[in-house]
Amino acid sequence: MSESIQGRVLRVIATKQRLPIESVRPESTFEELEIDSLDRLNILFDLEGEFEIEIDDEEAKKVTNLREMIAGIEHLVNAKAQSSPTD
Amino acid sequence: MRRVAITGMGVISASGRNQGEFWRTLSTGISAIDVISSLDVSQMRFKNAAEVRGYDPESEFSPKDLALLDRFAQFALTSANEAVSQAGVEWSDDLRERSAIVTGSCLGGRGSEEAGYWELFHHNRTRVHPLTIPLSMSNAGASHISMRYGIQGPVYTVSTACSSSAHAIGQAFWMVRSGMAPMAIAGGSEAPIFIGGLKAWEAMRVISKDTCRPFSADRSGLVLGEGGAMLVLEPLEVALARGVQPLAEIVGFGMSSDASHITQPSPEGAARAMRNAIADSGMAAEQFGYINAHGTGTQANDRTEIAGIRAAFGAHAGHMAISSTKSMHGHALGAAGALEAVASILSLRHGILPPTANYTAPDPECDLDVIPNEARKVEVEACLSNSFAFGGLNAVLAFKAYR
Repeated sequence: MSESIQGRVLRVIATKQRLPIESVRPESTFEELEIDSLDRLNILFDLEGEFEIEIDDEEAKKVTNLREMIAGIEHLVNAKAQSSPTD
Repeated sequence: MRRVAITGMGVISASGRNQGEFWRTLSTGISAIDVISSLDVSQMRFKNAAEVRGYDPESEFSPKDLALLDRFAQFALTSANEAVSQAGVEWSDDLRERSAIVTGSCLGGRGSEEAGYWELFHHNRTRVHPLTIPLSMSNAGASHISMRYGIQGPVYTVSTACSSSAHAIGQAFWMVRSGMAPMAIAGGSEAPIFIGGLKAWEAMRVISKDTCRPFSADRSGLVLGEGGAMLVLEPLEVALARGVQPLAEIVGFGMSSDASHITQPSPEGAARAMRNAIADSGMAAEQFGYINAHGTGTQANDRTEIAGIRAAFGAHAGHMAISSTKSMHGHALGAAGALEAVASILSLRHGILPPTANYTAPDPECDLDVIPNEARKVEVEACLSNSFAFGGLNAVLAFKAYR
């Protein structure tokens, strides 16, 4: 089975923050993972690359924890799947 | 220690291509922010900037000179020409030999650099243009002013991101005050509107897709601007002796470093720079009636700056007027401090405080008098001009009306 969206988001964050993957959980807060504003920029950049999506600045500002980040990415990935032609 | 007068100023910006135009638009609260016209922004997530419009380099410079001038250096030179002309500088061999030029620029001629690299990376060229280095070096503006007027004293460039030209003016002020230089031309210029630069700012996620609304609850980021501004600084007694009307006095300069975070500002660092500028001026905090704020329109800057103003001025903060003219001329990065120094001096001179344009709703975290949308007729004795840079480097200038 291919990696879930949640799994991929957590992996991107763990890689960027140089953290063991098991320490990055959906219930983790940015504070626990010591993710500051600049780290968030880096993570958004890597998530855009990982999923080939575009994350809006204003939407990104509303995200306060990992659960919201995962939900936001799932929403964007699903929206992209629905808008692209099937082949 | 000498008292130091400003006797000449030059400006080129989205809000006007000379001092008169600049003041007319700022004092009427008109924002120059508009859709970028100089390049294709279809692949950009933001579309707006404050561009210099109606500027024709060919009418300002000969083709031979133009080949050596990146847009940022053109802005440095045109604004210096206006400033020197207004000051009516009486050149002598001694004045030329000892006068100073200090310019500020964040990016220098990186637009020309990009054009050179574009050929290399996209068109598989194996060479870049031979003038790429002299066009793109950040001191090109200072060097061209030096060559134009034969100024041979201390000439250099400061690059401290968005504080660059405030640091430059402050250092020139101290050189003239101490007697080290008999006259100085100081300011800054910036030409940040090129694809790579815009993309780098886009990735920072601090650019508004709408417009610049400093201190407004619904502010959504900064808007880039371009331009240049230069001041002529000389001892007050020299200016008076040669019958020149000082535009204002520059009385204080304060610097500090946050020493905390590469992009997040600190209220304490901002407050220390303001306190240092006030102390350097020898004036009481209560004598200051206006602050031309750094006021970028980002969530972080504006609330931090207001907290810093409260920390520096205490109860007097509530009796001051504060505005951000970036709402009109955009954030011209390394030129911002110089453009805002000119705005500050003209405010003192005309007894009119320019507004914070595009203001829509009060923010409880920015609860000082920010002169929303309409200029105000008030004669203040002295003002500060704040500049705070990425990297936590702060520079604050203090000006006093000359009446």
